[in-house]
Parts: sequence; C-alpha cells; structure tokens
Amino acid sequence: MAAVRSQREVWTNRAAILAVLVALVVMLAPIYWITSTAFKPRNLATTVPPTVVFEPTIAPFVKLFVKRSQLREPVSEEVYDAAPWWEQMVLDGGEKVVRRGRTGEVRSSGYGKRFTNSLIVSIISTILAVSMGTLTAYGFSRFRVKGEDDLLFFILSTRMLPPVVVAIPMFLMYRTVGLNDTHLGLIILYTAFNLSFSVWIMKGFIDEIPREYEEAALVDGYTRIQAFFKIVLPEAMTGIAATAVFCFITAWNEYAFALIMTNRKAQTAPPFIPSQVGSGLPDWTVIAAGTFLFLLPVAIFTFLLRNHLLRGMSFGAIRK
Amino acid sequence: MTHSEPRAGQSAARGLNDKSIRNLFIFPTIAFLIIFNIFPLLFSLYTSFTDFRASTNAPANWVGLENYSYLLTNEFIWRNFTITAKYVLISVTGQVVVGFGLAMLLNRYMPFKGLITTLLLLPMMLSMAVVGLFWKLLYDPNFGIINHSLGLGKFEWLANPDMALWAVAITDIWMWSPFVMLLSLAGLSAVPKHLYEAAEIDRAGTFYTFFRITLPLVAPILMIAIIFRTMEAFKTFDLAYILSSQPTTELIAIRLYKMAFLEWQTGLSSAFAYIVLVMVVGITMIYVKYLNKVKER
Repeated sequence: MAAVRSQREVWTNRAAILAVLVALVVMLAPIYWITSTAFKPRNLATTVPPTVVFEPTIAPFVKLFVKRSQLREPVSEEVYDAAPWWEQMVLDGGEKVVRRGRTGEVRSSGYGKRFTNSLIVSIISTILAVSMGTLTAYGFSRFRVKGEDDLLFFILSTRMLPPVVVAIPMFLMYRTVGLNDTHLGLIILYTAFNLSFSVWIMKGFIDEIPREYEEAALVDGYTRIQAFFKIVLPEAMTGIAATAVFCFITAWNEYAFALIMTNRKAQTAPPFIPSQVGSGLPDWTVIAAGTFLFLLPVAIFTFLLRNHLLRGMSFGAIRK
Repeated sequence: MTHSEPRAGQSAARGLNDKSIRNLFIFPTIAFLIIFNIFPLLFSLYTSFTDFRASTNAPANWVGLENYSYLLTNEFIWRNFTITAKYVLISVTGQVVVGFGLAMLLNRYMPFKGLITTLLLLPMMLSMAVVGLFWKLLYDPNFGIINHSLGLGKFEWLANPDMALWAVAITDIWMWSPFVMLLSLAGLSAVPKHLYEAAEIDRAGTFYTFFRITLPLVAPILMIAIIFRTMEAFKTFDLAYILSSQPTTELIAIRLYKMAFLEWQTGLSSAFAYIVLVMVVGITMIYVKYLNKVKER
C-alpha cells in the first residue's frame, strides 16, 4: 500500500514539475518576445508567421537614440562609405539621421532625455521617501504615539488613492505655483506616494531590531540620536536597501502622474515610450529596444530583491 | 519596570529628549502627506460642488449637489462601473486560479526552485504602461505571437469590442498572477507538515485534505491577495488605457481621466473622483483589517 502510494507521489511530483516548466515558458514568452524583437532587423519584426530564428542586430538601439527621417532616394556609395558604422545601420533601414542645419550635430530622438528624467525623478524621490520613512518608522516603532493605529492607517490610505483622483487637484495646484512639467513636481508626487509604503515596511524591519541594542548604547552614554545613527541604522541597512529598491521600481514604473503632470521638459520614459507608436506603421524593433532598456534595470533589481519581494508586496505584514 | 518604554527623562540631560525626537521623526511625514494628499483632496472637495472648468478662466459657480446627482443618475457612468466590475471579476478570478494553482505546483521539492520562483515573479515588477504597449504587439491579429501559437488565424483581440476587455484582463492576469502565487506560497509553507501526515494516516482523500486543511489555513493570506488585487484592478488605468481605446474597455479611472484632462470638466470630475475615493477608502479599510489580522499570528 505504502509503496503504491509513494509511486503515485513520484508521478504527481514529476507531473507538477513538468507543469511548472510549461508555466514558466508561457509566463516568460512575452518578455522573451519583446527582447528578441529589440534585436531583429526591421523587416523581420512583423512577419507572418512570426520570425523566431534570426541574426541579431543592434540597429534598433542605434535608431532608438537618434532622430530619423525616411530617405526619398538611396544615398550615393561615397556618402554611405563616409558614414560611421552606426549611421550606416540607419541608412540600411532606408532612413537617414536627422542633423541640425548648421552644425551638422546629430539630433536625438528624445529617448535618452526621458530615460535620464526617469533616473533623476526616481532616484531623488526614493532617497527622500526612504529617509523620511525610516525616521518615521523608528518613531512609531520605539515610542508611544497617541492614536498610532489611526495614524498608520491614514499613512497607508494615502498610498491607496487612485493617481487620477489625486492628480485633478494637484494639477490645478501645480499650475498655480508653476510646478507642472518640472522634475520637482514629479519628485514630490512620487515621494508622497512612496513615503507611506516606506513607513510601513521600515516599521517592520525596525521592530525586528532588539531594543536592548540601543538601550545598552544609551547606558554607555550615547544620546538617542547617536544610538539611532550608530546602532539602529547599520542594523536596518538590509531593510533600507530593500525598501529603496521597491520605491525606485514604483517611481520608475509610474505612468498616470507622469502622463498628466509632464509633457516635454520633465517627461519620464513610461508616457514617452507608448507615444512613439503613434499612427501609421510603427517600427516595432525600435519600440522593443526602448522597452528592453527600460525594463532591464527592473529585471536586475527583481533578482537582487528576490528574498524581500513577499514582504514588500504585503506592506511588511508577511515576513516568511 | 519594563525596558520596553524608555522614559523621556532618561536622556533629557544629553541632547534631545525622546518626546521631541519622536515628534521630529514623525511630524514631517504626517505634514508632508497632509500637504500633498489631504489638502489637495479638500480643494477638490470644494471644486466638486462647482461647475469649474480648468481650461477656461471663467470663475467657478457653486452648483451644490448637482454634479453628484448628475453622476449618480447618469447611465453612462453606470456603464463604466459595470465594465469595471466585470473587469475586476475576470482578472481577479483569473489571478487567483492561476496564482494559487502555480503555488500548489511549486509547493514541493524541485531543483532550481528559487530561480524558477523569481523568474515567475518577473512580470509583476514591470511597468504596466510598457507591458500594455508590448502586449499590443503580441495581440496583433496578423503578426502577433498569440494568434500564431494558439492557431487562432487572424482573430481580432483589441479591435473587437467584445474581446478587448478580455484581452486587457488576460494581460492583467499574466502580470499579477505571480503576486497571488507569492502570497499563496507563503501561506502554503506555513501549513504545518504534521497536519498532512495526520490526514494521510486517516486516509483522507486529496479533496478532503485540500478543503479541510490547506484552504482554511491559507485563507487569511489569500484574502489579502484578493482584496489587494481587487482594489488595484478597480483603479486600473495604465494597462487598459494603453492597450485599448474601445468604449467597452473604458474603466472608471479612464472615464475619470478623460473627464478631467481631455474634456476639462474639472468640477464634475472632482465629484466623480470623490465617489471613487469613498469606494477605495472602503476597500482599504477592509484590507488593513486583514493585514493586521495576519500580522498578529
């Protein structure tokens, strides 16, 4: 009887592993597809049936960063030979690189700028949210606060507000004070958004640091501020790093506020990338290249964060 | 005498006392959130009683409850609510089935389990806007990989008003099933092994074990996943806005966005935002209740 059962268990296990592998292929297929499209020559991106095997090229990434226009007629061989390798890639696609009239300087597509804007806004708002959040979390963790539960609920509830709801009055206020389409405007919004998250997560991390550590330091003559900086902060470093990565990803991925509050100067990548599709026949290889570069940091961070994902996603409630 | 509550007097002699440190640490955050979340909402509460339009310089006229009564009796708005309810139902159900199923499959010894789990979690970390964009390529009726691999010929997903909402929901399920999986795995790993052993000794069937042992013990964490996803699906904007322009996929958040920033009906949209806000705060309260419940364990 026992032997029969274990035999069955072995087969159940094998079937389960097989099913997981199938699921893995299905789940990763969309990401694989957009990645492979980013390395395809344009004529292979939208073939019927879809092209799976091809010779990879980095032409989409070159095209991603420069402004291009359709070539009316093929360029002469001399011009082609005189062009640098990256410009030849653009010419191969039947397009030419747009240059500034006088200086001949290559004009950019605007992707690099949006990418930089995303970096600026995400990094600064993360630093602000995590540092304020850590202090507040320490306050809630170590001291008696009147109406603590209500305050924590209030803090979390601000995170749950739909962006479009908050955006309506914020847009009007920003217009009055001139913060529309500025980095600062977005930084404030993302800091507010991440601050509540950071308080909740950091409270969990700080709760786990034994109070005895600081109390020993206080007895040794440290002030509480010194104890906080020299004892608590180093202990909380893993938590701070995990929280920072979460905040960064949230800000990096944010779309609605960026769409509403920015248009040219401070626009980040999420509203910019889809706007390239436009009308007519989009060049999917270039869109895929832009998407790939944008998703890459998040993919790397996900691996760094893998042991903290559960905690972050449950606002610190589940620790494993 | 406990060590858990350091008293204010203790370190008062050197540096700041505990009470002022507490205030210094907590107050800026509360102030920041009040200034940038609560104050704007009070402002939009006021505009919700006016006919203000941000696109003109005309002064706002007080219209009382007119905006609210207009919205609550307008059948177009109810259509948006119906669409949203349908969307929430499809996508959350799908996520629970797929996510919990995956967790059941993963809840055993297998080689490279950590790596596989992390790879499965990847979709939920990505930007919804960008995911929406590249799923457009996947859904393309002619060269899309979905029709090709499922052998669906030239099946229209996004251009078909009846399918578009399903297409958005399927993308959402792809993206967020990993979230349900992650939380379910935590719930499953917390089920004590001896319960299964006891069930085996009693020769309990697979179904009995699942419904009497596994499910009740995973339920609290699964509930958190369900409420959180319900709330997020209810607020969905990016994904549906980018994937589809069909009127059949016009979720509440999209209607709200169009009303506020394309039609510039600022007063009316503020009222609409308030209706949505009350609903979201309601769900949030339930969510936090469950979060605290799980935390206490």
